[in-house]
Amino acid sequence: MSDSDVLVEIKDLWIEGRSDETWNPIINGASMTLKRGEVLGLIGESGAGKSTLGLAAMGFTRDGVRISSGDVKFDGIDLVNASAAVKRELLGKRIAYVAQSAAASFNPAHKLIDQHTEAPVQHGVSSRSDSQADGIELYDRLRLPNPDEIGFRYPHQVSGGQLQRAMTAMAMACRPDLIIFDEPTTALDVTTQIEVLASIRDIVEQFDTAAIYITHDLAVVAQMADRIKVLLKGDEVEESDTRSMLLNPQEEYTKSLWAVRSFQRDQKPVAATDATPVISVKNVTAAYGKVPVLYDVSFDIHAGRTVAVVGESGSGKSTTARCITGLLPPLKGHIEFNGETLPLDYRKRNKMQLRQAQMIYQMADTALNPRKKIGEIIGRPVEFYMGLTGAKKRERVRALLDEIELEPDQFIDRLPSELSGGQKQRVGIARALAAEPQFIICDEVTSALDQLVAEGILKLLAKLQDELDLAYMFITHDLATVKSIADEVVVMKDGRVVEAGPKEEMFQPPHHAYTDLLLSSVPEMDPDWLTNLLSERGVENIGDAAVDKM
Amino acid sequence: MTWWLWIILGAVVIGAAAWAFRMAGQQATGNKPFFRDMPFGVAFGYVLAAVLLVFFVWFYFQPAELNGAPRASVMFFRWAMNFFLISAAAALAFKFLGSFVGTEGSRKLFRSMPLTASFGLLVILIYTVLAIFAGIIAPHGQEEIFAQANVVPGGNPAMGGNPDFPLGTDQIGRDIYSRLIYGAQNTVGIAFATTCLAFFLGGSLGFLAATLGGWLDQILSRLVDVLMAIPALIFALLLMTIASVWAPTLGIPLTVFMVLIIAVIDSTRVFRLARAVAMNIVVMDYIEAAKLRGEGLSYLIFREILPNATAPLLAEFGLRFCFVFLTIASLSFLGVGIQPPLADWGTMVRDLAQFINFAAFAPLVATAPLLAAGAIALLTVAVNFVVDWMLHKSSGLKE
Repeated sequence: MSDSDVLVEIKDLWIEGRSDETWNPIINGASMTLKRGEVLGLIGESGAGKSTLGLAAMGFTRDGVRISSGDVKFDGIDLVNASAAVKRELLGKRIAYVAQSAAASFNPAHKLIDQHTEAPVQHGVSSRSDSQADGIELYDRLRLPNPDEIGFRYPHQVSGGQLQRAMTAMAMACRPDLIIFDEPTTALDVTTQIEVLASIRDIVEQFDTAAIYITHDLAVVAQMADRIKVLLKGDEVEESDTRSMLLNPQEEYTKSLWAVRSFQRDQKPVAATDATPVISVKNVTAAYGKVPVLYDVSFDIHAGRTVAVVGESGSGKSTTARCITGLLPPLKGHIEFNGETLPLDYRKRNKMQLRQAQMIYQMADTALNPRKKIGEIIGRPVEFYMGLTGAKKRERVRALLDEIELEPDQFIDRLPSELSGGQKQRVGIARALAAEPQFIICDEVTSALDQLVAEGILKLLAKLQDELDLAYMFITHDLATVKSIADEVVVMKDGRVVEAGPKEEMFQPPHHAYTDLLLSSVPEMDPDWLTNLLSERGVENIGDAAVDKM
Repeated sequence: MTWWLWIILGAVVIGAAAWAFRMAGQQATGNKPFFRDMPFGVAFGYVLAAVLLVFFVWFYFQPAELNGAPRASVMFFRWAMNFFLISAAAALAFKFLGSFVGTEGSRKLFRSMPLTASFGLLVILIYTVLAIFAGIIAPHGQEEIFAQANVVPGGNPAMGGNPDFPLGTDQIGRDIYSRLIYGAQNTVGIAFATTCLAFFLGGSLGFLAATLGGWLDQILSRLVDVLMAIPALIFALLLMTIASVWAPTLGIPLTVFMVLIIAVIDSTRVFRLARAVAMNIVVMDYIEAAKLRGEGLSYLIFREILPNATAPLLAEFGLRFCFVFLTIASLSFLGVGIQPPLADWGTMVRDLAQFINFAAFAPLVATAPLLAAGAIALLTVAVNFVVDWMLHKSSGLKE
């Protein structure tokens, strides 16, 4: 081991990926250095090459990707030209990787502790029993509940946040010099995210491990990283230490990233409460089979207004939407549309009732039929509800594409696979608009998108609402989105409405204890936010304990 | 030394050669990654391939006769090699032709096509032409009986052949060449009709079961389970025996019964696949969106589900076609399938089967039953090549 302070050194690295029989550049001449014990944040939109660069730091490329030129040196070892045997010795032992989805990265057929001990035993670092004892200690340090026995469970028996922490423990098993975290908290709820962030930060500090932290969430990276590097389409935009980067970004692109969180739509006058609401959910109780999921949920949505329904996963937000659309007929209660009671089952609703309530889905990939052209996808509701065919239908589709800010000539004959995530989501919006509804359910429409793209979608939705006087039910777990778009907020937990009211009231204290937990868990751009929050809550009982209080 | 000691010794020698080969490669290229990271198994494979190649060339040029007696192994090996080389050349030529003739799309398709797929397509094309124009291409009728029976294939009078019957005649004097061509019409045509029927039945019921679910799904699926629990060939035999009693009294050809019976039995497999594929599609959000739009069942099945299920169904069609085809050949071989005097490859194999016993000392005589068997094997292989290629394309795998 050399005595040099520099752990990873990447110089003028070019990486290419193969598609359509040609090699296309992914990373264009990136350079970076990482000192021992330092945490580097890599941020950028999807497709910026963050993960590719992160993996290249361990000398690894995915299938169909190759390093075309440049140097990657880990502790003086040239990883680009290293043989498989040399890499095998390093990976897992001195370099570890934590993937985005822990659920997909653990082998479901083996207990956590057995997977934990695999690397140390394989690399001859320690015996099975020693690494098992060490695993239990790591679980304890990562504040997993019941560290003595949690390792003996199978992956499906622990929650997502716990699994992510077990994965971090596994990466720590050989006490590596470098860990690469690839979006470790992106798939988690805000309240769970805090626990994982805090435990990752602590353990990295305790063992003085260097880390590369890949994420698209600026507020998260602000908590974790000593330095931040911004990437855009494979090019390096800028790099500096966290505080100066946050206070004083140099490049236009970085400034635009920073500005996303400040999007705020205009305040609308408070609705007249005596008007008939477009959609009124009345005392709905519902269950999947025998498992009850909703208890006595009621709220109203008025024309031209946005009601945000927030809560963690499993709180019943999406189930409420399924009750409104009639996919899951409620056991008790009913849904009123403009004062008229809707049949509970969607099969019993007439075309007019179905047309008036449309839905936009979270995953645009599965919401658009991959074998149909954009023109057909948007054209079907036009034809089905409005009875337009031929040239008239095409005219209407073009008008809709204009409305969602996609060039009609360019997009009308494309397949969904030829669109980016944001464009697909726009097509989803156009399909809902094609029915000319009064009410649209937006189910986590921005949570799968990058922040800049998500902002564009939110602006589009706001513009459409102003033009068409639409009522939105906006399901989300992201409170930043709520702040920017909602008029009213409904907070749900375990199938019940915990708190509801206009946005201004909701974001002012006093809150319900759960609303408070949700609000305070949203990461802020201040690098000291996590430290302050933890000391406020008391480090030992974050998360789990805070939830238990209620 | 016994034969297995020879095998062990050979493996050790090849292993040593492989180790030396890798070592030499590392020295000669200055430790390039290709040789440096080459696993021992790969080096072993290279050397083994080289040894086999040398052996094949040596064996190919061995004399075909030893002390006046033909050596069957050398002759069959030579035929197989010749056939292999000719088909490779034909496939290459077909691919070359396809990449310069036709529309922009078809040319691109041919250029990216592997050689196996182009071979498969060529064979299927030839079979189709033969089946459609059998009456024009065949020199004699399938029922025509000539005076000379049991003429040896090859057309060489010195070996017992006759230039008028290039592939010889069968035991009652029918021209095997003509019967092979007519066999394409009968066997392949009937197999195609049967497969289409099986897919129509199994596919539509499978989609219906997946989309509607509930009781209909339960009833159909359990019914299919019951049918699948009975061994397919035995079941088909049993039903064919019953049908052969009914057919004359009802005045319907037995072939119609055969098509129906095989179609129903095979549709159970199609049902399972169609249901499984559709199940995965039905849970997608775009299906939910279509349901919430108020779309009817037929729109859901034909416009939303079917386009997304075509790739796996098409692949299954190719395989199923082979199975149906083999079932028909088996039934004919057992005597309940396509009835004489209609030419059918399965029946031809059965009729001439006893000549296989001559393989060791009279290779030409033994070829007679192998011709029809070869026709079956060739089509099966060709269809599978094409299906593999289509599956690879639809799964979007990169090399």
